[in-house]
Amino acid sequence: MTSLSNTLRTETPLAAGNVTELIDGDVHNVIPDTHALFPYLSDHWREHITNTLFKGVPETSYPRWAPTTERPGSELPNWRQAGSDLSVVTRDVLDADGLSYAVLCCTYAIDSLHNPDAAIAMARAVNDWQISEWLDKDERLRATIVVPTQLPAEAAREIDRVGDHPGFVQVGMPVRSAVPYGSRLHAPLWEAISRKRLVGAIHFGGAPGTPPTPSGWPSYYLEEHVGMAQVFQTQVVSLVTEGIFDLHPDLRVVLLEAGVTWMGPFLWRFDKEWRNLRRLVPWVKRAPSAYVRDHIRLTIQPVDAPPSDIQLRQAIEQIGSDEMLVYSSDYPHRHASEPSRLLSVVTEAHAARIRSANARALWKLT
Amino acid sequence: MDLDGHSVGVFHVEGEYYALLNWCPHQGARLCEGRLWSGLESDVPGDYATRTDRAVIACIYHGWEFDLRTGRSVCEPERLRVRAYEVTVEPDHTSDQDGVTLGRPSRTNATARTFPVTVEHGNIVVDLRRTPVSGTVPNGPRNLSEGEIHHTHIPSEGSLQPGGTR
Amino acid sequence: MVATRHRPPQTEFEASPSTAPLAFGASRSAASTRPALIDCDLHNELHGDVLALVPYLSDRWKRHLETFGVRSPAGGFFPRFMDHREDARPPSGRRAGSEVAFTRSQYLDPFRVAYGILIPLSPAASQQNHEFGAALATACNDWQVAEWLDPEPRLRASIVVPIEAPDLAVAEIRRRAGDPRFVQVQFTGRPQEPMGRRKYWPIYEACQEYGLKVISHAFGSYGQPITGAGWPSFYLEDHVGPAQAMQANIISLVTEGVFDRFPDLKVISVENGAGWLPSLMWRLDASWSLLREEVPHLQMAPSEYVRRHIWATSQPMEEPHQPHQFGEFIEHLGSLADHILFASDYPHWDADQPDEAFPVRLAPDLEHKIYYGNAAALYGLGETK
Repeated sequence: MTSLSNTLRTETPLAAGNVTELIDGDVHNVIPDTHALFPYLSDHWREHITNTLFKGVPETSYPRWAPTTERPGSELPNWRQAGSDLSVVTRDVLDADGLSYAVLCCTYAIDSLHNPDAAIAMARAVNDWQISEWLDKDERLRATIVVPTQLPAEAAREIDRVGDHPGFVQVGMPVRSAVPYGSRLHAPLWEAISRKRLVGAIHFGGAPGTPPTPSGWPSYYLEEHVGMAQVFQTQVVSLVTEGIFDLHPDLRVVLLEAGVTWMGPFLWRFDKEWRNLRRLVPWVKRAPSAYVRDHIRLTIQPVDAPPSDIQLRQAIEQIGSDEMLVYSSDYPHRHASEPSRLLSVVTEAHAARIRSANARALWKLT
Repeated sequence: MDLDGHSVGVFHVEGEYYALLNWCPHQGARLCEGRLWSGLESDVPGDYATRTDRAVIACIYHGWEFDLRTGRSVCEPERLRVRAYEVTVEPDHTSDQDGVTLGRPSRTNATARTFPVTVEHGNIVVDLRRTPVSGTVPNGPRNLSEGEIHHTHIPSEGSLQPGGTR
Repeated sequence: MVATRHRPPQTEFEASPSTAPLAFGASRSAASTRPALIDCDLHNELHGDVLALVPYLSDRWKRHLETFGVRSPAGGFFPRFMDHREDARPPSGRRAGSEVAFTRSQYLDPFRVAYGILIPLSPAASQQNHEFGAALATACNDWQVAEWLDPEPRLRASIVVPIEAPDLAVAEIRRRAGDPRFVQVQFTGRPQEPMGRRKYWPIYEACQEYGLKVISHAFGSYGQPITGAGWPSFYLEDHVGPAQAMQANIISLVTEGVFDRFPDLKVISVENGAGWLPSLMWRLDASWSLLREEVPHLQMAPSEYVRRHIWATSQPMEEPHQPHQFGEFIEHLGSLADHILFASDYPHWDADQPDEAFPVRLAPDLEHKIYYGNAAALYGLGETK
């Protein structure tokens, strides 16, 4: 993929003459090599990484050579990972798509590090690397604070350390976690996000060491790739049920790379269970769907579209709000269809919201 | 008790009388066989404020709560309610018993009826021997129109009537 | 004199001429005018937890039960709100759903149930001691024959097996296979491994050999949390969770090639809802279109396996925000609408009154299929009575 906007201009009527601004809500910046973090690590961790087998965290959410990890055209020479070169991201995403903003989401797997001191040190290094190597170099970029989500108090400390940097607009949380994010164990994390007026960004993947399904570990990456949608559903249930949005009424959460079409029918069931069981959680005063529409946003790649455009439009309308969807390319990841597919089936006004207005409201981009 | 062919449940809670149509708008269960609970409110997660002055009936089927005073759903008070009746207690001069009068406000008293009542061992005892009883429970939502959502449906003419307010 | 209690009956339904036997449901007229139905999720409950099984256990396992009790992986308890439907407790005071006579008079007769598929929620499959689990499973199936299937010809049953010990499970399947009243083999909602995993293939092989269906009923586990992100805090979350858990099982069954190995196998999702089926099929196909190299054993798109091999029961049926969206849901199911089976979940708190189980009135042909035709075709039961 080289230019999404070209695709839009040729394939969608929306893009014909009145193309509006485009903001990309999900672009992945990748750490090329642990050595890139050395300027941002202490002497202790530099020496440790140099002298031992610990070379930083292994990537498991996106297998290096899986067809979904790097789209055609995004590959870099010399086996460097797609998304690790700012100049290429600038050329192929920011410039090619004519973006006014791109929100970077670094998914470095801090959550897989059980040594708390290593997790804290690596997270700090990643964030300082993002500031120096990305945010300071292109004002169209916004970024995601990487934190040790498994240590909520430490995560809060890191949010407080870098959260005032104007380039950071959200805090990344891998959707797979050992305990659902609404749990009171995570209270310090949400308090810090709220305190710094940031967005909670729950993203695809994660490596908490616990299985990604309620029936244990699956055999295939395909299962994890498909099943990630159910883990997102779990986190939405947890956030609403535990009253995270009652505690933090201004909080917004964006689900990155979660899929879209499951949301409507999922809310039907969630609302139904709330009508039956609200007495167990009396602070949840409105239907869960109302909380979700006010507080949760979704990026649109992937969308998990049916073959029929009519059914796709129906599935989008079932979500019940035109303020929830945010355009994304999910660069450099590859999906079964282009985001232009979704933009082509919704109304022009809704498409305009998806392309930029919803992103501006979510991340307070001015 | 029976009122115009509808089964109506009468409750005596904390010295107050309440009456609700014995028909849950969700799946037509006999609502009044559910349990009485205190109202339960909360301002923050972990806070459970019981309100005995806002008792609710939880339907025997799925636990949907309805405010005894208004018949309104706790979850969705604006769009869902079960019919509530005004209850007045007045002395019955023909006997030593009190009487309970059920009626619907904003309507003529044609539908109101007085039942003799005594309170014995915490039970409200209503003497129906002196009143005609048709003995039916309301039919379920058999008059559902195509595509209508059940839980917005109230049987017979009750749906547009304001609930009783006490 | 009619007494309206200050406190409503707390533990048992007080039968009286105006209310019994239609305690379950308000409408006699609807039930008596519509065609008979097949209920694909009817619970026969073990009174006294497992005490009902004591007469069917050997002395060795009776002693074990008395001494150590049932031991399943612990942890994962939530305070609930409603328990069993209070009006479904038999006059004896025993547990709701534990006596066939009361199930017959309160539910089967008044609601015109032509066939009811029993699903006992026994602790057999979750026993840490697999031999004890197998003994409980055998006892439970003997109990089903003696106390449910023999007295009531409208009933069919699920074979209880210790799924985590597949060799013992297969032995129990072979023991029951000659009784045509056993129509399926029962999995918990979240087995110890995803349902497609190799471990369970011997069970599927036996099911295919004897023409038995496989069901996965919501809830029940081998100790794993109900989410892919650990234990949630509230029963509300636990009660949404089966929809996610079942999707993981379907993903696994399809991806592992179970339906290529056992092409006659039919799997029924029970009490997980169905609103998630369309988007699951779309997502499966989307991801597979890129990752198919990992699963070269698959012969067709994943959604095609779902359409051919997966069935789902109605309760708890999703209630769309707009009435027309239920129609969209049926359209999105497409041919899979022929695999939706009516189920009440009687006598649990979240059971559906049969005449009120769907949020909209179904078109007559669809109504017939869901309430009768689809299940009759699946189980080989007679056409409308």
